[in-house]
Amino acid sequence: MSTDVLDQPVNKPVRQPVSWGRRLTSGRVYLGALIVLIWGLAPFYWMVVTALRDPAYIFDNTPWPTHITFDNFRTAFDTNRGTDFGRALGNSVIIGAATTAIALLLGVMAAYALARLTFRGKYLVSGLILSASMFPVVVLATPLFQLFTDLGWYGHYQAMIIPNISFVLPMTVYILSSFFSELPWELEEAARIDGASRFQAFRLIMLPLAAPAVFTTAILAFIAAVNEFLLSNLLSSDATAPVTVAIAHFGGNNGSKVPPYGAIMAAGTIVTIPLVIMVLLFQRRIISGLTAGGVKS
Amino acid sequence: MKSQAPQSNSPKRRGPVLGLTARAWLFVAPVLLALVVVVGYPVVRAVIMSFQKDAGIDKSTGMFVEGGSAGFGNYTHWLLQQCTNSLGETVSCPTGNGGSEFWAAVGVTFFFAVVTVSLEATIGLGMAMIMGKTFKGRALLRAAVLIPWAIPTAVTARLWEFMFQYDGVVNRVFGTHIVWTVEGWPARFAVIIADVWKTTPFMALLILAGLQVIPEDVYEAAKVDGASAWQRFWNITMPLLKPALLVAVLFRTMDALRLYDLPAIMTQDLGATRTISTLVVQQSRSGANSASALSIITFLLIFAVAFVLVKGLGANAVRTQEAQREAH
Repeated sequence: MSTDVLDQPVNKPVRQPVSWGRRLTSGRVYLGALIVLIWGLAPFYWMVVTALRDPAYIFDNTPWPTHITFDNFRTAFDTNRGTDFGRALGNSVIIGAATTAIALLLGVMAAYALARLTFRGKYLVSGLILSASMFPVVVLATPLFQLFTDLGWYGHYQAMIIPNISFVLPMTVYILSSFFSELPWELEEAARIDGASRFQAFRLIMLPLAAPAVFTTAILAFIAAVNEFLLSNLLSSDATAPVTVAIAHFGGNNGSKVPPYGAIMAAGTIVTIPLVIMVLLFQRRIISGLTAGGVKS
Repeated sequence: MKSQAPQSNSPKRRGPVLGLTARAWLFVAPVLLALVVVVGYPVVRAVIMSFQKDAGIDKSTGMFVEGGSAGFGNYTHWLLQQCTNSLGETVSCPTGNGGSEFWAAVGVTFFFAVVTVSLEATIGLGMAMIMGKTFKGRALLRAAVLIPWAIPTAVTARLWEFMFQYDGVVNRVFGTHIVWTVEGWPARFAVIIADVWKTTPFMALLILAGLQVIPEDVYEAAKVDGASAWQRFWNITMPLLKPALLVAVLFRTMDALRLYDLPAIMTQDLGATRTISTLVVQQSRSGANSASALSIITFLLIFAVAFVLVKGLGANAVRTQEAQREAH
């Protein structure tokens, strides 16, 4: 399974004695790598440091945590301040999981067809699905708001899950079909020749091979669904608001007063840590999924 | 698959009940149906709504009226900045009315798109060159680069809003005293910086994938022929990278043109960072039908840009991906 083109170096080094020139080059590469590393980590690090800092010293600029406290985390979960962050976390999990489940359920078959079968209208189908993923979500906002108000769905979970399908499903189909097209389907043929039924061949041979791809796609779909803000902001009530909405409105729009940044950074840290752990664990597959699908959440 | 013929142990293939094309369409049907419901229906409804008047007080009678047909009124409201005055006459919109903000929002949106996408493509290319090299800790670097991408945009917005505070770390590090999230141009650049931080890594990964399908021997041959590193970059890497780069640019441009989360959260209702998307959402609170017209205009604008990119530059996403897939 050639999951990773990305693991081959762009330029394979030609073997030759290590010259000063080469050392200089490798020094430059490490310098570049350091810059990229700082790019990726510094703001995230600053969020964590701020979350751990006593709110009175929130604008301290020492690059390491000072006045360490867990107060911000307590404040984040404090429901007396008009926000219910704990509930928002639950809501995001519900919305993200339901969206992912529906997208996978519908998407797997289409992805299989696009990856495995040659049929008339294939380009039309993949073009349609791709254009759906590029569709500005803001066009859906007003009609859906009206529709869901008419149906009495405003503020219910389905009012956020259904619109999420519009961009998670195309992404799912794209990523899955590119994973599927790399599976060794000859094994299925071989199993059939050895006497397995079509269903047995699929279940015993192909399904286990496809499982990691489906799992990776699920992670990407979940991250995309949890990331959504515009529609959730319009269509959720206080009780069903996901984390993105909760964090955006944390501290309210209280003009002159400085928002409770310590608590906001704590909330941000809590949301981000599980995502970061997922990314670290499945880095390779996530990258191949992202680049294969080429669709950003 | 329930629709398959009854299982048989004979290795001989059974002819399919349906033709291959029909069967394939059966597989993709659920997805197409779902997209018709969640995308097609709202779009049709938005088009219908865009030709209806918003409910409101009829200025001539003082009565509350339910709208009715608006013709192209909602479109001219935005495109020609036409409003209806108290006498029912068509006049140009006064300052502060949504209609008068349309072209400014278009300008801001395109400014953001051009600046962010060019920065992301340039920096992303640099990052991709570094990440493509072989060195210890390469996997770690690639994971680290995914972190900005994995953080939800709403969290990114609050994080950068905090860093851009007057007493915040950005002003401290650079010794400046800029009110980043309130003043026009600083706020625009604050949004741009946050967006570039978040999405450049994604761009870098797309470019890296493109870099790695370039065959090694082309470089070897050029080296033998005495091409310098710079010549190899301009005459080999860039032309061969073009399809992948264009696809990345296409995806990112589409994304940048619908930018909403960052300006809406970081700078709230600031006019200087009002994109078309934030204008639509703002308008939808006061008049759903004129908001629909605006959203249709947004869609047509983005579609036009995609069309130009695909036709003019040959950024064919579907075919390039197929080609990349076959190259593996």
